[in-house]
Amino acid sequence: MKFGVITFPGSNCDQDMIYVLRDLLGNEVVELWHKDHDLHGAEFIVLPGGFSYGDYLRSGAIANYSPIMKEVIEHANNGGYVMGICNGFQILCESKLLPGTLLHNDHQKFLCRNAFIKADNNESIINRSVSTKEVLNIPIAHAEGRFFAPEEMLKEIEANHQVIYRYCNESGEVTKESNPNGSMNNIAGVCNKNRNVFGMMPHPERAADIELGNVDGLKIFESILQTVEA
Amino acid sequence: MKFIAEIDIMPLKALLDPQGKAVSSSLKNLNLSEIDNVRIGKHISLEINAPSEEVAKEKVEEACKKILANQLMESYEFELKEIN
Repeated sequence: MKFGVITFPGSNCDQDMIYVLRDLLGNEVVELWHKDHDLHGAEFIVLPGGFSYGDYLRSGAIANYSPIMKEVIEHANNGGYVMGICNGFQILCESKLLPGTLLHNDHQKFLCRNAFIKADNNESIINRSVSTKEVLNIPIAHAEGRFFAPEEMLKEIEANHQVIYRYCNESGEVTKESNPNGSMNNIAGVCNKNRNVFGMMPHPERAADIELGNVDGLKIFESILQTVEA
Repeated sequence: MKFIAEIDIMPLKALLDPQGKAVSSSLKNLNLSEIDNVRIGKHISLEINAPSEEVAKEKVEEACKKILANQLMESYEFELKEIN
């Protein structure tokens, strides 16, 4: 599986993502610049975290019209895999590849800490091998992470099992107290109907190296790799 | 012809606006307890070259729908004025 990691002006998790995919997990990774019009044969595209275009206008709004997004949208519409982490998730919502949007956290604070999440189902490659009983401790770092979708859209997301991860407490209970930002239904990440486009606010790439004392994020990458290589 | 558009973009009424809420409580601390329901949006002004007011209006609509506002969370309205 060949991965492509896009750098937008203001991306700041691109190198962490490349390090995990290439150096830790041994995959081929191409580094893509947002002005490219070529995915260089990458089969799995990653939009990393950061503050593309300084979050001007709205998070992800301007990056959505970066030149490379034309190819990313085509790739996704042809069934290719696309994953957005944090700001990448915001960009994918702006592009309408993913449903809903991400509003300012309900308490208006920037959050930078660990959050407990758990897989909601095992229907997508991003959560297929992660037990729904297992609680993962994954860093979050965002000011605009409150997932919102209009009522009908939210019903559809839930009915199609498009929620990939939910915020929960240490025991795995999905509670109001364990919701860090006011997201609807404690949603931490969603996928599209075809399950080839994923977005999540937590940063698994920041919890993948044993040197950093937490490798819960590796389980998410391993789920992706096990499924696509099977 | 040249026009100027004054665009207001506001968070949808049904959504919690944490900025507005924080400012509301700050105003109460200033003994301005008569003031409530503060909501904070954006104001954008831009200039358009167009052959008619109608075309200018269409261009502003397109800009609002494509990028300036996200209609899942925001509403927009604007006024157009011809300038010399």
